Amino acid sequence: MIYLDNSATTQPDPEVLASFEQVAREFFANPSSIHQFGGKAEQLLHAARKQVADSLKVEPAEIVFTSGGTEGNNMAIKGIALEHQDRGRHIITSEVEHPAVYEACQSLEKLGFNITYLPVDENGTVSAANVKRAIRPDTILITLMHVNNEIGSVMPIREVGNIAKQHPKLFFHVDDVQGLGKMPLTLKNSGIDLCTYSGHKIHGMKGTGILYVDKRTRLFPLMHGGEQERALRSGTENLAGAVAMAKALRLIKQKETDQAKRLQGMQDYLRSELAKLPGVEINSPADAAPHIINFSVPGVKPEVIIHMLGEKEIFISTKSACSSKQKDESKVLAACGFESSRSTSGLRVSLSYENTQAELETFIQALSEAIQQFKEVMR
Amino acid sequence: MEFDHLLIRYGEMALKGKNRKKFIIQLQENIQQKLKGRFPEAKVTRTQGRMFVLLNGHDPEPIIETCKNVFGIQSLSLAVKVENEVEAIKDAALYALQNGENVRTFKVSVKRIAKDFPVRSQEMNQVLGGHLLSNTESYTVDVHRPDLEINVEIRLEATYITSTVIPGLGGLPVGTSGKSLLLLSGGIDSPVAGYLAMKRGVQLEAVHFHSPPFTSERAKQKVLDLAQQLTAYGRSIKVHIVPFTKLQQEIFREMPDSYAMTIMRRIMLRVSEQICRDKSILSMTTGENLGQVASQTMESMNTINEVTNYPIIRPLVTMDKQEIIEISEQIGIYETSILPYEDCCTIFVPKSPKTRPRRDKVNAFEAKKDFSELIAEAVEGTETVKMTDEQKAASAFDELL
Repeated sequence: MIYLDNSATTQPDPEVLASFEQVAREFFANPSSIHQFGGKAEQLLHAARKQVADSLKVEPAEIVFTSGGTEGNNMAIKGIALEHQDRGRHIITSEVEHPAVYEACQSLEKLGFNITYLPVDENGTVSAANVKRAIRPDTILITLMHVNNEIGSVMPIREVGNIAKQHPKLFFHVDDVQGLGKMPLTLKNSGIDLCTYSGHKIHGMKGTGILYVDKRTRLFPLMHGGEQERALRSGTENLAGAVAMAKALRLIKQKETDQAKRLQGMQDYLRSELAKLPGVEINSPADAAPHIINFSVPGVKPEVIIHMLGEKEIFISTKSACSSKQKDESKVLAACGFESSRSTSGLRVSLSYENTQAELETFIQALSEAIQQFKEVMR
Repeated sequence: MEFDHLLIRYGEMALKGKNRKKFIIQLQENIQQKLKGRFPEAKVTRTQGRMFVLLNGHDPEPIIETCKNVFGIQSLSLAVKVENEVEAIKDAALYALQNGENVRTFKVSVKRIAKDFPVRSQEMNQVLGGHLLSNTESYTVDVHRPDLEINVEIRLEATYITSTVIPGLGGLPVGTSGKSLLLLSGGIDSPVAGYLAMKRGVQLEAVHFHSPPFTSERAKQKVLDLAQQLTAYGRSIKVHIVPFTKLQQEIFREMPDSYAMTIMRRIMLRVSEQICRDKSILSMTTGENLGQVASQTMESMNTINEVTNYPIIRPLVTMDKQEIIEISEQIGIYETSILPYEDCCTIFVPKSPKTRPRRDKVNAFEAKKDFSELIAEAVEGTETVKMTDEQKAASAFDELL
C-alpha cells in the first residue's frame, strides 16, 4: 500500500499505540480520585501536560487536552464568542477555513454575530493587510488556519499575530491542525491566544488533540461538569489519549527537526514530475507547506483517478476528506479564483515522514498511466 | 552579521567593595550552571566590568529567557562584537537598528574606552547617526525618548554594539549570602518567601512536615514540585521531609486544644533548628506574614520564636496578600500553590486556637510533657530529596511518554 492521504489522517505510530494501550490497561483510575491509584493517574496526566507544554514552549496550565481538531476549533471560537459577546460580536475569518471553523462561525451568525470572511489571493493566502482593515471596534476574534488543508498554502500568521498584539481587546485563534510537525509555529509572544492541534494527523490516535489557551484568555466552556482541564472542558480525562498525544507530539517534533529537508525534497520531486505530465495543472503555490500538493486534471473526473489508483493500492484524495461529501467543487480552489473545470477536478497528495522516494516514483508512474487510460476510454 | 553576544549588566553588585570579585565570580558560575545542559556551546566570559554570554550559534531567545531568571543581573542586551574599525561599527549599528522591534525613533550613544581609537565619541555619534539615516527610511532620531538606544562601546579588545535593554531580576547572585532553611508548607506564601530570600543571594534548603496518612502523597509531591519550580531561580534545593505524624498526634492528645497550634509551631521550629545545626545552615526562612491568620499575630510570633535564637528571615512579613499572590503568579508557581491538597496545618485544626498565646502559659504546658525524644526521632527519620533545575531525571513515566 502506498498511503498518500496523510492530511486526512495518518497511520498511528506503533510506539504511540503501545503507550495508549498500556495506559488504558494499567492506569485506568480517575485522575480526580483521591486514592493513591488516582494520584498515580494524575501524576501521569501532569507529566504528559508538562511534556506537551515543553515541546510547544508554553506553560502546562495553557494546555487543554481535547478530542481533536473539530473540538478545539469549536471550543476556541464559540468559547470566545460566548464569553466576550458583551464586548463585541464581530469575528474575522477566511473563506478557506476548515469546516470546523467555517461552520462554527456560520452557526454564530444565527446567534446574531457578525462574521467577515476574508478572501484569498490566487495562492490561497489571506493578506495581513486585509485582516488589519477588517478589524472594527467590536471585533472580538480573528480565527485563521496556519496551513490550508487542501492546497497547503501558508497564512501570514506571524504578521497577523503582530497586528493582533496591537489590539489587546481581541483574541487570535489559529487552527494549526495541518501545520503541526511540518511548519514550525511559535506561540509565545506571537500574539496568538488560542491554537488548535489534532493527534491523528501526526501519527497519534483519533479522538485526541490539544487546544492551547493563553493563560490570560477566558473562554466560555462548551462542556460543564466536574471542572477538569481548568474547568474549560469538563469530563473525566482521557488519560491514555493525553499520553498518546504527548508521545505523538514528541516524535513528530523530532522528525520535523531531522527530516524537514527530506520531506521538502519529496514535494519538490512531485512538483517537478507532475508539471511534466500533460494536462496536469498544479494548484498548490510554490511556497506551500512541504507535505501537501494539490493539482487538477481538467476534464478528468477526480473520483475516477482516485479509484484507478486505489485499485493499485495507492491512496490519494480529492478535496479534504471533511468536505468531500459536499458538491463537486472545491470551495478552496474556487476561492483561489480557479475556473470551474479546474476547481472541480482537484486532487491532493499529502505526505508524511513515513513516505519514501520509491513510493512517489511508483505513484507518478501509476498516475500517468491512469490519466492516459482515462483519456483513451473517454475519447 | 548577527547578534552573537549577550551583554550582562550587574547593577547593585558593582557597589559591594571587597566582596565584588566574589559576587561576580558567583554570578558567572550561576549563569554557566543554568546554560550548561541546554546550551552546550554557550560560554560565559568576563572582561573588565562586563560579562558576556557568547552564543556560539545558539538561538538567543531561550538563552535570554534563562538569564532573565538569574538573580544578580540588572539587565541584558544582545550585542554584536566587531573590530575597532569605523566601517565595521557602522554596519553593526545598522544591523542593530534594523533588528529592533517596533522602532521608529532611535539614538546612538558612543562610549570610547579605547582612547587610541581615532574618532572621538561625539564625532562617532554623528558618523553613525548619519550612516543609519542615510541607509534606512522611516526612522528618525530622538535623543530624549528614543524607541531604541544603540549603545556602541569601543573597548580595548573590540567594539560592542548593543540594542534593546531587557530588564533582569536584579538582586544578588544566589550563593553569595549563605544558606537558609525554608519552611515549605505547600501554600502560596512559603515559596514566595523562598524566592525573595534567593533574591538576596541566599541558597535554600527546605524542610517540609509530612503527616501520613493525614496528609497524602499528593501534598508531598506538591511541595517537591514547588521546590523544583524555585530551582529555576537558583541552584538545586534539598528538601528535608520530616515524618511528623507521631509528634502531631502527641501534641494534640497531650496539650490543651487552644495551645496545640502554638506548640506545634514551636516544635516545627525546634526540628528545623536541629536540621540547621546538622547541615551547618545559619538561618531559617518562613512565609509568615503579620496578622494574616491566628498563628501570625504579634503575640503568637513572640511565643513561637522563643524556642530558637537562630535568625528567622520573614520576607513577607509586611506584605498584603495581593502582593504575595502577584509575585507568586509572576514567578510561575501560583498554579501549583493553589492545588487543593491538605497540609499539616489544615488537618489538625484546633476548634478555638489562641490568637494571643503567652510564653509563660505555653512553657507551663510543655513542662508536663517532654517532646525531645520524639523530636530526635523525627529528625532521625527525615528523608532528603534533592530537586534540580535540570530536566527531571528519568521518571517512571518516561517510557510511556
